[in-house]
Amino acid sequence: MAIIEVTGVRKTYAGRDVVDGVSFSVDEGEIFGILGPNGAGKTTTVECVEGLRIPDAGTVRVAGLDPVADHDRVTRLLGAQLQESELQAKLTVREALELYAAFYPAPVDWRPLADRLGLTDRLSTRFAKLSGGQKQRLFIALALIGDPKVVVLDELTTGLDPRARRDTWKLIEEIRDGGVTVLLVTHFMEEAQRLCDRIAVIDRGKVVALDTPAGLIRRATGSTVISFAPSRALTGPDLTRLTALPGVASVTPPDREGELALHGTDETFTPFVALLAELGVTALRLRITETSLDEAFLDLTGQDA
Amino acid sequence: MPTETTTAPATVPEPRAARRRGPAAAVLIAETRLFLREPGSLFWILAFPSVLLVILGFIPAFDEARDDLGGRRVIDLYVPISILLAMITAGIQAMPPVLTAYRERGILRRMSTTPVRSSALLSAQILLHGAACLGSALLVTAVGRIGYSVPLPEQLPGYLLALLLAVAAALTLGATLCALSRTTKAVTAVGSGAYLVMMFTAGVYLPVQALPDALRRIVEITPFGAASQALEQAASGSWPGWIHLGILALWTVVLGIAAARLFRWQ
Repeated sequence: MAIIEVTGVRKTYAGRDVVDGVSFSVDEGEIFGILGPNGAGKTTTVECVEGLRIPDAGTVRVAGLDPVADHDRVTRLLGAQLQESELQAKLTVREALELYAAFYPAPVDWRPLADRLGLTDRLSTRFAKLSGGQKQRLFIALALIGDPKVVVLDELTTGLDPRARRDTWKLIEEIRDGGVTVLLVTHFMEEAQRLCDRIAVIDRGKVVALDTPAGLIRRATGSTVISFAPSRALTGPDLTRLTALPGVASVTPPDREGELALHGTDETFTPFVALLAELGVTALRLRITETSLDEAFLDLTGQDA
Repeated sequence: MPTETTTAPATVPEPRAARRRGPAAAVLIAETRLFLREPGSLFWILAFPSVLLVILGFIPAFDEARDDLGGRRVIDLYVPISILLAMITAGIQAMPPVLTAYRERGILRRMSTTPVRSSALLSAQILLHGAACLGSALLVTAVGRIGYSVPLPEQLPGYLLALLLAVAAALTLGATLCALSRTTKAVTAVGSGAYLVMMFTAGVYLPVQALPDALRRIVEITPFGAASQALEQAASGSWPGWIHLGILALWTVVLGIAAARLFRWQ
């Protein structure tokens, strides 16, 4: 069942469509990713979900409620971690947790939450004295403190070191396992691939693809990569025939090791083997790999690597 | 009948549950703690006006009864003036940078994604600065009474009314400055300029009552000029002139509307 429904949302600033007809729906219990280059409209989209911005057109529903008209009720269901926000500089971690707990009718106990986020030894520290990672973890705690059904996390691992990032990913999986739906804005491919059940790729204000991480990779042109070193140098006509194989999008010329790579599809492999046999060429160090989500993303958003 | 209507099965209430407060109260408590962590603001609002009065009391000429002031001493005039100084400091110097920083740093935004309205934060700040003004007024009055035998206001209800109107005007002026300035830097700069002008109109440099007639009439139109006159009249026993109270009330209403209309939450 969809808990977040975004339909045809449009938001214009100074005559420019920042969000241009974005639609997607997030099922209950899902980790849904919004992936896209900087300035693609990701944050504006989720701010419409949070009720911080009013869309110029289209509708947004969170558990059937309008985040603007029913703002009060939506805030009880939805916990948010914003991309750029701070707390009062001299507020301590404990005070922040107690304060935000007091905002909600049925908050969770902040002590185990602080413990899970590794904030227990920082409870008496003032916000301004926290490190970037600690601030980020405190904001995650504040997003969860009201026992929400949905959390929106905007660039949550930005500024975290790789270790802290992995710990945070584990935490998000735990949150989802606890029945909370997660809407995750990110520009980290690894994060999206590891966490998300489905991903909407947004570029220039539009959803350019919406699929599972594996589905997105399959969708990219040349998603199957066949790399090998030919046992003898290939001639020009040989290369032309390689390029003409079914599904081949491109051929990367031999590198220093003499290895070349075919970017093709599942349909490419069998004819490839047949062609090598016909040419009397052996494929040394043969590997068949999938393209990474990174490359799929660049392909989908039309950006060059 | 109204008690013990619990229908839920006997879950042991957590000890904290008893202390659960409403969201607005929680905001007020948190902001009070934060306010008490600002020694600068506390000194300039609460202590400095009294310190100023003590210093001025050492000037021998200020202790002489003067005919042109209706037999009152200059130090008598400086009690309401010092109180106005506390209000100007709170409203123009102390509060606007706090409010602008709350907006600029996304604190209001973060709060507006929770069930509490971010206006609770603004109300708490206004309340705290207002309370600090009244605390300072009490302190100044006590210092004047004990240190320099300044008589307590004779027309007390009128004095209190003028006092409350003046606090309201000072705080709405601060809120308007905050609404008009995009950044904390800007509001601090604008506030410093306004501070000097407001101190003059309140009579900090020279009591309004001692100004030449023409200048006094102009100053009386400003919020603190009007407040100064109203407080002085109530202190010496008559009901403050309705014209002064009216001017104060008008400023408060106009500035209040302007601040509410112009304030940007983001």
